[in-house]
Amino acid sequence: MKFTVNGEEREFAGAEDTPILWVLRDELNLTGSKYGCGVGLCGACTVHVDGVAVRGCQTPVSTLEGKSVTSIEGLSEDGNHPVQVAWRDLNVPQCGFCQSGQIMQAASLLANNPNPTDEEILAEMSGNICRCGCYQRITEAVRRASTGA
Amino acid sequence: MLHQMEEMARRSGVAPIFDTVVAKVSKAEMGRRSVLQGLGGFVMAATLMPRGASAFTSYPTQGLNMPNGVVNDPHIFVSIAADGQVTIIAHRSEMGTGSRTTLPMIVADELEADWDRVTVVQALGDEPRYGNQDTDGSRSLRHFIQPMREVGASMRHMLRMVAAARWDTDISNTTAVGHEVIHNTLGVRFGYGDLAEDAMALDTPAREDVTFKTDDEFRYIGKGSTPIVDLHDITTGSATYGADVTLEGMKYAVIERSPAVGATVVSVDASAALAMPGVEQIVQIPVTGLGSKFKPKGGVAVIATSTWAAIQGRDALVIEWDRGEHGSFNTPEYEAELRASANAAGSPVRQQGDTEGALEGAARVMSYEYYQPHMAHSPMEPPVATAQIVDGKLEIWAPVQSPYVARVDAAEYVGMDPEDVTMNVTLLGGAFGRKSKADFASEAAFLAKETGEPIRVQWTREDDIRHSYYHTSSVEKIDVGLDDDNNVVAWRHRSAAPSFLSTFVPDEGVEHEIEVGMGLENLPYDLPNISAEQCKAYAHTRVGWYRSVSNIPRAFAVQSATAELAAELGKDQKDFLLEMIGQPRIMDATKSGMTAGKFWNQYEPYDEFPFDTGKLINVINMAADGAGWGQELGEGEAFGIAAHRSFVTYVATVVKVKMVDGVPTVPEVHVAVDAGFIANPERVRSQMQGAAVFAMTAAMHSGITFTDGEVDQNNFYDYEMVRADNFPMEVHSHIVDHPFSVHATGIGEPGVPPFIPALTNAIFNATGKRIRNLPIGDQLA
Repeated sequence: MKFTVNGEEREFAGAEDTPILWVLRDELNLTGSKYGCGVGLCGACTVHVDGVAVRGCQTPVSTLEGKSVTSIEGLSEDGNHPVQVAWRDLNVPQCGFCQSGQIMQAASLLANNPNPTDEEILAEMSGNICRCGCYQRITEAVRRASTGA
Repeated sequence: MLHQMEEMARRSGVAPIFDTVVAKVSKAEMGRRSVLQGLGGFVMAATLMPRGASAFTSYPTQGLNMPNGVVNDPHIFVSIAADGQVTIIAHRSEMGTGSRTTLPMIVADELEADWDRVTVVQALGDEPRYGNQDTDGSRSLRHFIQPMREVGASMRHMLRMVAAARWDTDISNTTAVGHEVIHNTLGVRFGYGDLAEDAMALDTPAREDVTFKTDDEFRYIGKGSTPIVDLHDITTGSATYGADVTLEGMKYAVIERSPAVGATVVSVDASAALAMPGVEQIVQIPVTGLGSKFKPKGGVAVIATSTWAAIQGRDALVIEWDRGEHGSFNTPEYEAELRASANAAGSPVRQQGDTEGALEGAARVMSYEYYQPHMAHSPMEPPVATAQIVDGKLEIWAPVQSPYVARVDAAEYVGMDPEDVTMNVTLLGGAFGRKSKADFASEAAFLAKETGEPIRVQWTREDDIRHSYYHTSSVEKIDVGLDDDNNVVAWRHRSAAPSFLSTFVPDEGVEHEIEVGMGLENLPYDLPNISAEQCKAYAHTRVGWYRSVSNIPRAFAVQSATAELAAELGKDQKDFLLEMIGQPRIMDATKSGMTAGKFWNQYEPYDEFPFDTGKLINVINMAADGAGWGQELGEGEAFGIAAHRSFVTYVATVVKVKMVDGVPTVPEVHVAVDAGFIANPERVRSQMQGAAVFAMTAAMHSGITFTDGEVDQNNFYDYEMVRADNFPMEVHSHIVDHPFSVHATGIGEPGVPPFIPALTNAIFNATGKRIRNLPIGDQLA
């Protein structure tokens, strides 16, 4: 399968049912996307395919021919995507493990809906589990990144 | 928790579980240890005032008696390069509480280093060098705030000594500030980099010669303005967690473990697995039963060239198991056993007054029974470890809470000398106690040895939920005697819960003093007759400790019973709670009828960390005032309150619940915390926010059940988590402000226990439905 990852052309010759999560982590050494559950319920593996958030553990490479994949490492040149900036301004993380997925989900949400309502934010982020319980700051960071307020 | 197991084993005459290397090391003098370290009792520091300098007086903590105690040698923790870059070692594991930032920050503050010119490096697992590294029990700050101040202040003194010598002046004529030493009268200065080599070559100065900051001189300590060290890396996906360490030629292992603890392999058909692309071999890991400490549970490992192949291969194994001794462990029957045990007399841990007599003579007795099933920690990062053996040396990378114990355990497990083993500590993607038990590190070491290859062992989420060291399960039975005037005259608390002792020694069905001490023995109520008993309960799964441990079922029971009584007597819940506590006083073990003659008190010296009910009263009032307790609330809304002291920290929590279509939502929480001196208030607020979410999950969803010894739950579809669509929306932390002279206590766990009963009390107030069995699940539907 041929697809781009963070702007670079890649080719994967392994099993077509391999989830992109494991291609990123084990083949391309892009370990920013995390394994949390393997069944699409925790969001730690969230990446973008053609600009839209998907769960990397549920996205086999067979669906990616000709598509563009963005992982957390490729979200911005210098780590200064508005979501990443808001995340740091508000000291969002505790352990930090789920945060790549949270940030990617938030970035996709705002790319497709720049000024979401609070209800939309809560619903859209509800697929990303944070066991440390940073939801209060996560949702505030999404709000801040959306309106700049 | 770990070291207490060894102590318990030694006291009871059972052979120590730990490798003798640990025992030898803990008695050796390595480097400079705090002047306070003694064997057995606590030795008070000399209170000599240094010559013309301000000093904080040392006070003893349990840190001195942990294995390998505390180390405050600046040479161990600080190095300064010629360009002035300061490197500070973080020796406690980072799992989200911020200790990797806060402890080095304390060093930097006393050192007068510019935090922007500080690099933090994580220590290897090496307690002889760094002091105790068991990152559990909410005590990193409590035990190391003093040593870290001593490290920073000592190094600052050494830098001043060098500068003073170069200027041929007295050290009192120098000031160290902002990464420089300045000559007070001439104004000339040296950057720390210029002085570093000579300074680090000096012996550590005597403590009485060293100047410490006064509270108002702190730059970083107490300000809450220091972001966590890994913040930028976390937001760009470049922080290193357990599964992010890749070795040349590394293979991936996924293991099918005993379904019931101690279940043995009868047969394995690996043909389908081995036929899969990428699957290379199968390795059996010996099965262990209860009492094996942190040895791997055992089973069959699939070794493959990728994680995906290993998972697929593992799923293709066909294994016949002999379920063994715990193969008939079924939760409904077990619950009934616990209830029966808690409803009969147990062995007393507290007998104040004559509780039996008072209950017999009472006008009426109110009885309350509370149940909690086992729970799994399920941190977002499942257990994982990477290991390789090269030239007879074993090296491991793992997210472990107790890196030195993990190193020694792995060495013993594969028959190597710990001196030939290196334990690297990655960031932990959450832990909550799970990663104190590094069976996963031993698994990686074993497979590296068996295969001769570098191996990463990856636990799937199913593995994490099905093969944990679970929070205990319990029944807490509380009987309260009332007289004719509805005064409470007697309070009896019986607890039946399997102990984590069963993980270390043959199970006798009795609780450890740690578990007894967590809210069973130390009810802070002003009543004439109080008794507490622990009733037999045997373990049929691996039992461990989970964030705030036995405080959870105890606080749930005591604070629920208190609220139930208030409702029965028609009294306001908060007022009645305060009435039960009575006047502010220091709890006195001799007046409380303690069977052990003392309070366990988190092993902290009681004179230094007494149970002051006045502090509990204060946080109750703060939380209630913060919430606006007593105001009229809207339809379906209600407050609930609870308070609990754990890890020598006082917390009171008011939860505002709003019922929406029969589902509890939590728009607001007010948490009042008295944790003594607060080094990093920003992390205290994040911990309180996090504890509320964690506790809401426990209350609403967390229950691990067993059928024929095997866990019923698998993943997040049947072991649910609180998510962004329903979480405690606004957690307000009201932090009691104390100077350094009020000892810093702990923050990682204390927010959890009071939240659960505060929530269920609020649910009762909103709906009239009383929750006595956790989790809530669909009881409110």
